[in-house]
Amino acid sequence: MGGAYFPPTSASSGGVRAYNLIKHYGTQKQLVQALRGVSFEVQQGELFGIIGPDGAGKTSLFRILTTLLLPDGGEATVDGYDVVKQYSEIRKRVGYMPGRFSLYQDLTVAENLEFFATIFNTSIEENYDLVKDIYAQIEPFKDRRAGKLSGGMKQKLALSCALIHRPSVLFLDEPTTGVDAVSRKEFWEMLNRLKQQGITILVSTPYMDEASLCDRVALMQNGEVLTVDSPEGVINSFQQPLLAVKANRMLPLLNDLKAFEGSDNAYPFGEYHHVVLKEGTEPAVLENYLRQRGHGPVTITTIRPDIEDCFMALMRN
Amino acid sequence: MNNNIAIKAESLTKKFGDFTAVDGISFEVQKGEIFGFLGANGAGKTTAMRMLCGLSMPTSGKATVAGFDVYRQNEQIKRNIGYMSQKFSLYEDLTVKENIRFYAGIYGKSDAFIKEKTAWLIDQLHLGTEANKLVKSLPLGWKQKLAFSVAIFHEPQIVFLDEPTGGVDPVTRREFWSMIYDAAESGITVFVTTHYMDEAEYCNRVSIMVDGRIDALGTPAQLKQSFGAQSMDEVFLKLARKAVRSAD
Repeated sequence: MGGAYFPPTSASSGGVRAYNLIKHYGTQKQLVQALRGVSFEVQQGELFGIIGPDGAGKTSLFRILTTLLLPDGGEATVDGYDVVKQYSEIRKRVGYMPGRFSLYQDLTVAENLEFFATIFNTSIEENYDLVKDIYAQIEPFKDRRAGKLSGGMKQKLALSCALIHRPSVLFLDEPTTGVDAVSRKEFWEMLNRLKQQGITILVSTPYMDEASLCDRVALMQNGEVLTVDSPEGVINSFQQPLLAVKANRMLPLLNDLKAFEGSDNAYPFGEYHHVVLKEGTEPAVLENYLRQRGHGPVTITTIRPDIEDCFMALMRN
Repeated sequence: MNNNIAIKAESLTKKFGDFTAVDGISFEVQKGEIFGFLGANGAGKTTAMRMLCGLSMPTSGKATVAGFDVYRQNEQIKRNIGYMSQKFSLYEDLTVKENIRFYAGIYGKSDAFIKEKTAWLIDQLHLGTEANKLVKSLPLGWKQKLAFSVAIFHEPQIVFLDEPTGGVDPVTRREFWSMIYDAAESGITVFVTTHYMDEAEYCNRVSIMVDGRIDALGTPAQLKQSFGAQSMDEVFLKLARKAVRSAD
């Protein structure tokens, strides 16, 4: 399995290191294990994705790394500082955009930005170049109260506020959840421009398709890291043959694919069904089988898996 | 009127002051169909859905849902539909059984019906050992499946699903869709919104809203062909990019 283990170091290297992080909530009777020993490393300047469904532990992880929550076990450093012992250093250096909108609804756009600049001992003017690209889009509404902004504008303001003190590491917790496909694309373009400025970015998302937009990703499920790799690396580690299959009657097709001896797994995937073949099974055997099962014209194509295929395969292990 | 039609909208419009949230939409949904209702944030989906559920009066135009008129018979509409959203669906501080009992009671089902069907459902969902536990103790995926089952427990003619699979892992997401297929197979019409474009492919037909209008409507295959696109994602992006209105 991915996720290289390494001893924690106290060297003043940048980026983020997590080593065997553990977090649980609740009482012994009803214990929720949010993090079950999470380890990974993010290089300085990297755009790193934490990808997993709700309940995977993404928010707990971010809250520990931003020093808002104490881990029950393990160690972590952010920009070279320990998240427990040196939390005040970290707080000066990180920007954090929580999943839920957390700015002051009763302050205007400009007042919110001013407020965050001031508490970090800086000014909007000093770091304007960093936020200009994003803030310029909402500046025409700078006298509007934050609570009255649309979802997309709130997001841009929150990002501006998280950046105004020029953090070295930026944490974005599910910035694209509930956001439509067009706005999601725009948001990722914005992140790539920020990356050019040398900021280390950790972004969490439940959308598997966003993995390909990151330099590297950690796939998470149930408080565990399934793998850490580049999107290419994740895909290349999928070893079994994968087919996309389509026929006129898709529901009976799925049932037949599941029942097929040579299939390890079969599931719907957009307009096709995907079939993971057992090692050594030839696609031609499947074609014969489907013909015998009375499916008329069938399209069978060998394909490269995408991240969602890989995620499902890792979940099964 | 045609008995095979579950939902019919004609020039359905909703204005808030001088803002036209829904701008004269017309479409029909067949009984037992899985109908995908797509659109960017702010395109008017929620407003349209609220009118169809009998929760909001249209400004103009016509619509019938399960054969009932949205202006005059909105109470009958509410009784004949089910509704589930990702944001709110179950009471966290009630047990699995209590949630079922509560919703079924609201829809006026008899004790005998509730008792029998509850036993069947709990068995169906493999929730035997969890039946008397609080809903908040269930994993998200189970909650979503239970919420859907509760939404169709009273055997409505139509079920409205508002982003039912947001944040769910890919395996559970597919299990959820297989439940949708079963519901449609049993004759329930499914009206569903989603941000996952692969899920648009699972619908019989799909409509895409842009700036309050329905700019495209057809089977996924028809839409891909008429927009010269490889995927529904591409169709969606082509349409949504034309939007003038800002999000939300």
